[in-house]
Amino acid sequence: MSVVDHSAIELPAVRISEADVGDYIALLKPRVMSLVIFTALVGLVLAPGHVHPVLAFTSLLCIAVGAGASGALNMALEGDIDAVMTRTANRPIPRGRITKAEAMAFGMTLAFFSVMTLGILVNWYAGGLLAFTIFFYVVIYTLLLKRRTAQNIVIGGAAGSLPPVVAWVAATGSISIEPVLLFLIIFFWTPPHFWALALFRSDDYARAGVPMLPVVAGPDATRLQILLYTILLVVIAAAPWPLGYFDWIYGVTSLVLGAGMLALAVNVYRRRERSQSLRATRKLFAFSILYLFALFATLLIETVVRAVMPVVG
Amino acid sequence: MDEKREPEQGIVLTEAQLRSRRRRSIAIALALGVLVVLFFAVTLVRGPAVLNRPF
Repeated sequence: MSVVDHSAIELPAVRISEADVGDYIALLKPRVMSLVIFTALVGLVLAPGHVHPVLAFTSLLCIAVGAGASGALNMALEGDIDAVMTRTANRPIPRGRITKAEAMAFGMTLAFFSVMTLGILVNWYAGGLLAFTIFFYVVIYTLLLKRRTAQNIVIGGAAGSLPPVVAWVAATGSISIEPVLLFLIIFFWTPPHFWALALFRSDDYARAGVPMLPVVAGPDATRLQILLYTILLVVIAAAPWPLGYFDWIYGVTSLVLGAGMLALAVNVYRRRERSQSLRATRKLFAFSILYLFALFATLLIETVVRAVMPVVG
Repeated sequence: MDEKREPEQGIVLTEAQLRSRRRRSIAIALALGVLVVLFFAVTLVRGPAVLNRPF
């Protein structure tokens, strides 16, 4: 008999992970990441001066990984909410594929490497701003705002609006009006986009105890807020044209797209009957993604064409 | 006292656990490889000015 009686010690069962690479990729929120990469690319292309392609690639990669890190940390902290919402119940943590601690470690590692790499290889202003973006999303939005106030996505939207600014700072080492305009466009786009989602997922949010606007203030107040923020968005998105920052092609595109967005927001405001309301909010939600993508794509194409035209001519 | 004991088996991983661990290891190796290539490429791009940058 040994000195220690093994039968007297109850060791906890060891959990061996079966998580696949795909589960970790899902933690990065790839769809959100794709929009982050795209808006950051626009910020990078719009920035004055020449950026070496390797440095441009490095900047985009770091911003993308930083966004992924934010997503992983967000999922680590919201496993309980995700488990009760149908939209998110399939995520790796509620499914038991990855533990909260594993997701935290993964997110922290990616956050550290993305910030340090951007700082060392590109510049520390951009690295610092990326660190602030991750901090804002994880601490300010996820930990402090999301479960406390209906203004969660309004204030938290700042984190999602920063990638083009980080890219601009990576390219120039400084900041100016143009990236601030890009920031404002995404910032004012966020409330109508997420409140449209929250309107047709309000049961989900209510079950999870997340105080989204439709849960706290009701659908009618949300519809009004969507309309008001859409009006603000259309004005702010078009403003860079008369102010002389962006070209007329952008201006006309933003007005046409803005008219579409406004028409759908008015439709959401007017349709109160359940099935019609659901259809209207889903349409607005889908169009809002197209709206932001098309607006930034216009800026991208316009800038690239302007850069190439003298060579072509 | 000189009884011969079988070496302890410890935790034996299942086939699925081994497979997923291997795939995760490969992904980590690839990520580290990308990081090394990235640092090397930027060093080439910046040349002697690699340590001379804003801030």
